Amino acid sequence: MNKELIRLEHISKSFGTKTVLDDLSLTIHENEFMTLLGPSGCGKTTLLRIIGGFEMPDTGRVLFAGQDITNLPPNRRQLNTVFQNYALFTHMDVAQNIAFGLSIKKKSKSYIDDKVNYALKLVGLEGFEHRQVTRLSGGQQQRVAIARAIVNEPKVLLLDEPLAALDLKLRQDMQYELIQLKNELGITFLYVTHDQQEALTMSDTIVVMNQGYIQQMGSPEAIYNEPENAFVADFIGDSNLFPAKFIRDELISIDGAQFKCVDRGFGENAPVDIVIRPEDVEIVEAGHGTVDGNVTDLIFKGVHYEMCIDVAGREWVCHSTRPHIVGEHVGIEVDPFNIQVMKKPESEDEEAITANE
Amino acid sequence: MNKKTKTRTNTIAGFLGLPYEVYAVIFIVIPLIMVVWYGFTDASGHFTLSNVASIAQPSNIKALWLSVLLSVGATAVCLLLSYPLCMFLVETEKHANSFLTMMLIVPMWMNFMLRTYAWQSILEKTGIINTALTALRLPTLRMINTPGAIILGMVYNFLPFMILPIYNSLEKIDKNVINAARDLGADARQTFIRVIFPLSMPGVVSGITMVFIPALTTFVVSSLLGGGKILLIGNVIEQEFTLAYDWHVGSGLSCVLLIFIVISIVISTITDKEDA
Repeated sequence: MNKELIRLEHISKSFGTKTVLDDLSLTIHENEFMTLLGPSGCGKTTLLRIIGGFEMPDTGRVLFAGQDITNLPPNRRQLNTVFQNYALFTHMDVAQNIAFGLSIKKKSKSYIDDKVNYALKLVGLEGFEHRQVTRLSGGQQQRVAIARAIVNEPKVLLLDEPLAALDLKLRQDMQYELIQLKNELGITFLYVTHDQQEALTMSDTIVVMNQGYIQQMGSPEAIYNEPENAFVADFIGDSNLFPAKFIRDELISIDGAQFKCVDRGFGENAPVDIVIRPEDVEIVEAGHGTVDGNVTDLIFKGVHYEMCIDVAGREWVCHSTRPHIVGEHVGIEVDPFNIQVMKKPESEDEEAITANE
Repeated sequence: MNKKTKTRTNTIAGFLGLPYEVYAVIFIVIPLIMVVWYGFTDASGHFTLSNVASIAQPSNIKALWLSVLLSVGATAVCLLLSYPLCMFLVETEKHANSFLTMMLIVPMWMNFMLRTYAWQSILEKTGIINTALTALRLPTLRMINTPGAIILGMVYNFLPFMILPIYNSLEKIDKNVINAARDLGADARQTFIRVIFPLSMPGVVSGITMVFIPALTTFVVSSLLGGGKILLIGNVIEQEFTLAYDWHVGSGLSCVLLIFIVISIVISTITDKEDA
């Protein structure tokens, strides 16, 4: 792991009576692509704004390369922000927008020109220097916003849902471009989004947030394959999220049917939550699986079919490239490795996590 | 089918403007044509430039110059009062400034003449201020019938026309645009000079136009607070119509004033277009 760059210590923030961040601590490393992921109102944007200097935390400290910057105004922080809806200066052309930070720092004209040209090339907008920003498309405006931030050579680039206003195809293209850009610049990206697909595609580290708490932090694979609680499992991708009983190590029961798993140590006969990804539900001939059920729904999704299977009154979602018609009686099997067992929430705080699904 | 419906909606929409269009022709276009016609003809109906040229008479030039001077002054005072106030209003919470907004709007509900009469009775030799000063055994002030009193009257009456457009243009500025300037290294002063003020220019220009033009042409404020001793170009024109009964000279002078107004509007339109 690279050197530590930003450290948040016990950050809390309320607006009126609403607690947005509650005693949150987080470390961001050099050259990391970290994504803050969560539903709207989870505190992710507030956290970004605290790091950017646009909000003051009620308690806690923000450390940047070891120095306390909690009370430093935004103009004295070594980081730059790409805002939602771009926030371009509409009274300036593209080049003036990009040059803004450098001209504030009173750099020489030749230095500024070089930097602006370099940044324009980097974001693929050569020849756009003297266009009015209001005449650009959403994607082009977004590129100007990114160029305007990176010419200042920040150590960290904060991105607040930068792709939210773009259409799907452009959004996917921009995701790859942002990853390339980050590799080229070799700086830290802190990225805020509510789009789990975006987070999985781009990040080194995903921080899943809800109601002001960090629910889970880890690599995209870890977040997807081993969600720590029901909220994370439900928020990241489609899932079959069921209450179950942990009979003993490596054996659970769902609605009375026993499944082998690989998890241990949840306590005999303890109530647990389990998650099975739809693509991990295998459909076999009736009577040959662990349980049997009836197909109640079949939808073509492009890459695969999505089927709902009614098993003793509980609906299982299953993804498969082979369709089974509605009404067909089928068996279900799950590889023990693909059953993720999670602790049931105990405390009130943990309860709150699942309350607003 | 679709196309037909659309054409018909357009036709109906076209008629919606008709009542006002008729109104505008009767009450704006025709009078304007009459002013121009009177302005460029003599009593026998022959074309002449002498009405327009009468602006060159020393007393008229003086009145026009004084009008420009006082309305520029009033516009400047309005701008200096309005801009900081609008910054404050935009910064603070809506519910916190609703009282202040109310204070701005309430005087506008009162009749323009009434408001100006009120100032007359405040500023008079035996008005409220001087009565109070006398009671306190202080020397009285000469306030009424001074250029200052006229500027005060103009500011009081026209201030809302400066505040509203400036407030609108400041309020339209995305908070994140200001944050972006700070984020890129600008301190509060640089952010104001390089981002906030330029972005509020359309409002400033429109406010200036909306105060300067009525101030330039007013005759009510100057006759009530100038006591007939200070003649503005508006008073001169008024007197041509009401005292001298010379509609031709009055119209000629109005045409000159019209040129000033057209110039102001052209300037403000150009500035607006540049920002759009």
